[in-house]
Amino acid sequence: MAAPGLRYDQAPPFAVPLRFFLTAPLFLVAAALVVGFRGEELFASRFSPAALAATHLVTLGFMAMTMLGAMSQVLPVLAGVPLPRPRLVAALAHAGITAGTAALAGGFLWGAPGPLKAGVLLLGGGLGVFLAAVAIGLARAPNRAATGVGLALAALGLAVTVALGLELGAVRAWGRAAANLAARDLHPAWGLFGWTGLLVAVVGFHVVPMFQMTPPYPATMQRWLAPAVFALLVAWSAARWGGDLPRASVWLLGAVAGGWFAFAVTTIALQARRRRPRADATLLLWRLGMACAVAALAGWAASVALATDAIDVAVGVLALVGFAVSVIAGMLHKIVPFLAWFHLRALVPPGRRVPHMGLLLPDPAQRRYVVAQAAAVAAMLAAVAAPPWMAPVAAAALALAALLLEWNLVTVLRAFRRARDAA
Amino acid sequence: MTTISVFMADDHRACDGLYAEAEAAVAAGAWDDAAARCAAFTEALARHFAREEETLFPAFEARTGMTEGPTAMMRMEHDEMRELCAALAAAVEARARDEFLGAGETLVVLMQQHNMKEEQILYPLMDRSLGGEAAGLLERLAPTA
Repeated sequence: MAAPGLRYDQAPPFAVPLRFFLTAPLFLVAAALVVGFRGEELFASRFSPAALAATHLVTLGFMAMTMLGAMSQVLPVLAGVPLPRPRLVAALAHAGITAGTAALAGGFLWGAPGPLKAGVLLLGGGLGVFLAAVAIGLARAPNRAATGVGLALAALGLAVTVALGLELGAVRAWGRAAANLAARDLHPAWGLFGWTGLLVAVVGFHVVPMFQMTPPYPATMQRWLAPAVFALLVAWSAARWGGDLPRASVWLLGAVAGGWFAFAVTTIALQARRRRPRADATLLLWRLGMACAVAALAGWAASVALATDAIDVAVGVLALVGFAVSVIAGMLHKIVPFLAWFHLRALVPPGRRVPHMGLLLPDPAQRRYVVAQAAAVAAMLAAVAAPPWMAPVAAAALALAALLLEWNLVTVLRAFRRARDAA
Repeated sequence: MTTISVFMADDHRACDGLYAEAEAAVAAGAWDDAAARCAAFTEALARHFAREEETLFPAFEARTGMTEGPTAMMRMEHDEMRELCAALAAAVEARARDEFLGAGETLVVLMQQHNMKEEQILYPLMDRSLGGEAAGLLERLAPTA
């Protein structure tokens, strides 16, 4: 009888997730540079080359990067399966996404088909390798609990996003005729509502009650939110692809957004009822993230109702910088110090003291980052309203927050190395 | 009739609650209160470990023959949590707030991922493999004080 998920040897080496986590904030710095140098163009339209470059630096360079790192770590624990060949898969996926994101962003910024093509191929390869490894892992998964289903749907959501991205890339870089103009809307919708939303929800169902000791999410929400959102997205995509059901497609996507609205509001309400009264950096970042998610969804609903694209960029800033970056950074502040402790515990001989999380990443450093991230979100929103003179300020705030995040992760790594070498 | 899964998961939540109370007292600087609450938490956790290590794990190991499997891993994590509990007690003794909160955070994350593995994998496995024997074992564990 197999009893999976309980063994140290199913956890990947520390270097596997860390490689992704340490690279990710640097792409936020790159996005800040785009805001600084091409801000006016970026804030004018979500389809401007600068906006496309910055968006992909954040979504691929930061979000996909950290999520791959996290999935390589949690999949063995949650679903009870190790990834096949974890070091090789991590090295290939990391190299593909790093080089591919840089090339893609450069291709957008300078309108260069060569780098765009390289970016599309590298990203397709890197993400493809990772998704194939996840698929193999999940196919062997012995415990197909609700978590496994949710994770599988999130991975599928990423696969759909990538496939749509490859189609858009083929049109833009190779000049192929577009199969369907709807892909321009489907790609971001699947990226945000499918992949990002599903992954945050599946992770949130576990970590919010666990770490803050809140009541659990409602059982119906835990069971049905992910499959319902996924099914609605599929139906919406079919309606948009066919193009002859404009009203139905608005309602279907509205239902998807309603599902995420319910999740964000429930999270905020549960956190208000937590049993641990202290508000740590992770809690504050999740609150900031959920508040931004609610604002982004409300803004999106308003722009659909009023049939305007005037606040599209503001909605994007709220969803990506306000929601996704905050929530992910909140998780990193918990995951990375714990993993460092976990691996030290196995390396340091019994009886010797292992530095706890508070020594690996002190509280004041975490709080500095929270303040910087909140300031970055505020500055970016101000820049949407007044681009020409606010853009450099927003760029500086975004870069500062990203560098503080990187610094905090490096602080953990340095403390890890000191303790390991002393052992 | 309750199951091992339900009974032991409830025990996890009870321990969580006691920890949260101890942490709140430390954060508020109420050290006398904190000492009592920290002791109540570590005692409850020790009782929970004893229920597993002295009653449930041996029964499961005897039934399945798996002595080097999941129960060995769980025992190892229990030892790690005992170490962190000792650090908490020392921090309360020394009235060292940051030391308590840092060690406590580590304990919470370790404890929660440990509980998740037990609740999602090990306890259901025990309920299935022990069958009718489970009711008698639970009787020996009760009451949840």
